[in-house]
Amino acid sequence: MSQIVFEGRPVPFEPGQSIGAALTAAGIRSWRTTRFGGRPRGLFCGIGVCFDCLITVNGRPSLRACMVEARPGDVVQGGGPDA
Amino acid sequence: MVVVGGGVVGAACAYYAARAGLTVTVIERGAVAGGTTGAGEGNLLVSDKEPGPELELALFSSARWTELAAEDGLGAAFEYETKGGLVVAETEEGAAGLEELAVRQRAAGVDAVAVPASGLPGYEPHLAPDLAGGMFYPQDAQVQPMLAAAHLLRASKAEVRTGVTVTGMLRSGDRVTGVRTDRGDLPAGAVVNAAGTWGGEVAALAGVTVPILPRRGFILVTEPLPSLIRHKVYAAEYVADVASDDEGLESSAVVEGTPSGTILIGASRERVGFDRTLSLPALRRLARQAIRLFPALADVAAIRAYCGFRPYCPDHLPVIGPDPRAEGLLHACGHEGAGIGLAAATGHLLAQSLTGARPDLDLGPFRPDRFPEQP
Amino acid sequence: MRDVVVIGAGPAGLAAAVTAATAGLDVALVDAGRRPGGQYYRHHAAETGALHHGWDAFVRLRDALDRLTYLPGHRVWNVEDGFTVHALAGDRDERPVRIDARTVIVATGAHDRSLPFPGWDLPGVLTAGGAQALLKGDRVTAGERVVVAGTGPFLLPVATGLAGAGATVAGVFEGNRPYGFARRVAGHADKLREAVGYAALLVRYRIPYRTGHAVVAAHGDGRVEAVTVARLDRDGASVRERVIVCDTVAVGYGFTPQLEIPVQLGCATRMDADGSLVVVADAAQRTSVPGVYAAGETTGVGGAQLSLVEGELAGLAAAEALGGIAADPAGVRRLVARRRRLRAFAEAMHRAYPVHPGWMDRLRDDTIVCRCEEVTRGRIAEAAGLGATDPRSAKLLSRAGMGWCQGRVCGYATSWLAASACGRSPGPDDLLGTARRPIAQPVRLRDLADDAPVRPHEVAQDPPVRPRDGAGGRPVRPRDGTLRAGPEGAVRPRDGNHPINPA
Repeated sequence: MSQIVFEGRPVPFEPGQSIGAALTAAGIRSWRTTRFGGRPRGLFCGIGVCFDCLITVNGRPSLRACMVEARPGDVVQGGGPDA
Repeated sequence: MVVVGGGVVGAACAYYAARAGLTVTVIERGAVAGGTTGAGEGNLLVSDKEPGPELELALFSSARWTELAAEDGLGAAFEYETKGGLVVAETEEGAAGLEELAVRQRAAGVDAVAVPASGLPGYEPHLAPDLAGGMFYPQDAQVQPMLAAAHLLRASKAEVRTGVTVTGMLRSGDRVTGVRTDRGDLPAGAVVNAAGTWGGEVAALAGVTVPILPRRGFILVTEPLPSLIRHKVYAAEYVADVASDDEGLESSAVVEGTPSGTILIGASRERVGFDRTLSLPALRRLARQAIRLFPALADVAAIRAYCGFRPYCPDHLPVIGPDPRAEGLLHACGHEGAGIGLAAATGHLLAQSLTGARPDLDLGPFRPDRFPEQP
Repeated sequence: MRDVVVIGAGPAGLAAAVTAATAGLDVALVDAGRRPGGQYYRHHAAETGALHHGWDAFVRLRDALDRLTYLPGHRVWNVEDGFTVHALAGDRDERPVRIDARTVIVATGAHDRSLPFPGWDLPGVLTAGGAQALLKGDRVTAGERVVVAGTGPFLLPVATGLAGAGATVAGVFEGNRPYGFARRVAGHADKLREAVGYAALLVRYRIPYRTGHAVVAAHGDGRVEAVTVARLDRDGASVRERVIVCDTVAVGYGFTPQLEIPVQLGCATRMDADGSLVVVADAAQRTSVPGVYAAGETTGVGGAQLSLVEGELAGLAAAEALGGIAADPAGVRRLVARRRRLRAFAEAMHRAYPVHPGWMDRLRDDTIVCRCEEVTRGRIAEAAGLGATDPRSAKLLSRAGMGWCQGRVCGYATSWLAASACGRSPGPDDLLGTARRPIAQPVRLRDLADDAPVRPHEVAQDPPVRPRDGAGGRPVRPRDGTLRAGPEGAVRPRDGNHPINPA
């Protein structure tokens, strides 16, 4: 099975899955924190509307994890306030 | 006293008049700060003004804003920030022009600190490396304009009636004795026209002409970012744009961060009436100019854009003071793109003139009847 | 310059695009999704259709995509009058694309309508549609122990789908008591069949289904661990509460149409029976702006069947307006009659599943309303105290709706909170005040600055939809533009082999 790397740890995915789906399937429910309250955020709307699931993929920030299809070897970081 | 208009200028008029002991009612057609105030950036600028009456008014206003911000909780409530403005020049000629302007501004009381090219990163680390130099203006400041209007209104304890439209003036002979609204008549000892871009319409209800026209501006808002830009930063060409009489699209980016993390990129100028349609050419120019100043912004996303209509007069000066053509009517409008900054002074001076005190500044240059009567 | 750009490849957009292309028009179908089908036909790369109602209709439309230029993964951020569609292509290395067209058909669908409640921003709380999208599009069950809540028939496929995929569904909590609606359903053969099917699945998976109940709070440390469920009285107030342990909540209170593009273009809007702002469309799906059509959920939430009908009518109307190609009158009459029936059904559904304003009483002062800017209910009340008499001024004074999502998620809630602070309920102007998004998708300044006309490149597509001629996304003109020649009957519904309405 193909893998992406989330904050240093391998996460498997099926071809065609979004990065957000792969993380959720691996039990990772949140990957960033908000900039005022530091509250955890992951998938909410799942269809690109809410921007809760923002993530950095291969150095490119502010992508919606529910909209980006996982590719083998993607290096994925959540992290910081509104990363 | 009745103030027509619940924007920042109307709010400042209400605040100072109430403080002078008057009973104030504010009439607003829409919602508080729903017009040009709600579409502004909140600039309190002295740096963009040539020496003259407007600069004097801006300096006087800057001091009033500082006083207001020091009052109980007000400064924090409307996000007053004395961040300072940095004007940058792309060329040696531009830098020389900045210095020439600064010499004259300093003579008028403006603090202006020349910044050589090598000093720019100390002010703004992300500025483009190939700029020729700049000028730092510590007196330039910022407020959140909607909050400023709302909190000044609250502090004034004035009665604020939103969703009420003025339809006419009450008269006693030539004297204005109140306003007629779609919710009934409101008699008043004085009526203040603080209707901003729509000030000409209100003046017309009293049978007088005040030539105010809209000058559209777009503002781009970026995604929220960790602090990237510390000051209000703009290109030297901005000053020329403000004073321009050209009708076509002009713009020069004014770039600044906000407490919420977004970056505002402002200042397109077009005379196209009240057309709210998004102008992509205007947004594209703002984006290009912002990237020119801060190359790192190229990869930052714009998430929002909005427009407003600056109220401008042919001579680019506001209209402030009693109208000799209609006793009982005073004006406080036509501040073009500087209404937030000039609001405090406007309210202060208007209250002085209402109470018969001698205004701290000569209102002559802002007289409502200074324009040639239209045929 | 193309004849038609269709925005959105859900049921309405697919039907519109295929119909217009079958009539011989040069059509581009632009869609943000990676695969065609929108939310209703959202599917996995290796989909068989087992999870979907009406899958055959979708397959017929998908197989007809070689008649047009299909551009998946294109997010439209602005449409200029005239018309120029500006999109961003690609999900990570996006590039700007512009498409000029004489006509625009808006079929941008809808997203879940969300209501805030204490704890609703904990990870593990998803929209019902989000849980469904994960399941249908990615084959991922959102959690192991799931509570489904909100209102509307859509909760049923969500709950039974999750259970079918192996999750334990701890309950479906329907806010309304829609008993009268059952009679209405019984009058529609296909709706009745669907309802009976879901009832059987609820029994089979032992899913408790409770009407007049709502999730009133979510609890947990860093993720949802339990919810409080309340029985509601007739006024929507909680009368009895209990705590249910779960790791996931899927909650939805109907849908909000996505109106960025029609609002940008100045199309007239109105408030629909469900309290949503929708586009005004006439009998031919024309909006108030010449050359702009709207179909599907944007004209009023009504489900996939109605969207297919409206899409086909929009495609036929565009063909007639652009090419003078007259549609078969009997076929149009049938479509119009079907639209009337389905629209009436949708209205009855909206009346049976309203959002009761009691949700506002269940918020605490510190409950987040705007998730992006973390604006609480208390701060919206403060804005009202400062003179915010409508949602737009509430937004300007509180920042609710000013963040990343631009009020898509909190717009409905903020409108209600702002209006009710003034003792009224929101009207269409209030909703419009929160619906203006001149930049409909985030666009990098570099892409905004660049106005070089970039044409759509060839776009990688799933094998089933790759144009058969392989000609780099250029449209294949199927025939000489005479609508009557269409053998598949997009314009001749009588032949029984219709790609859209098999019935």
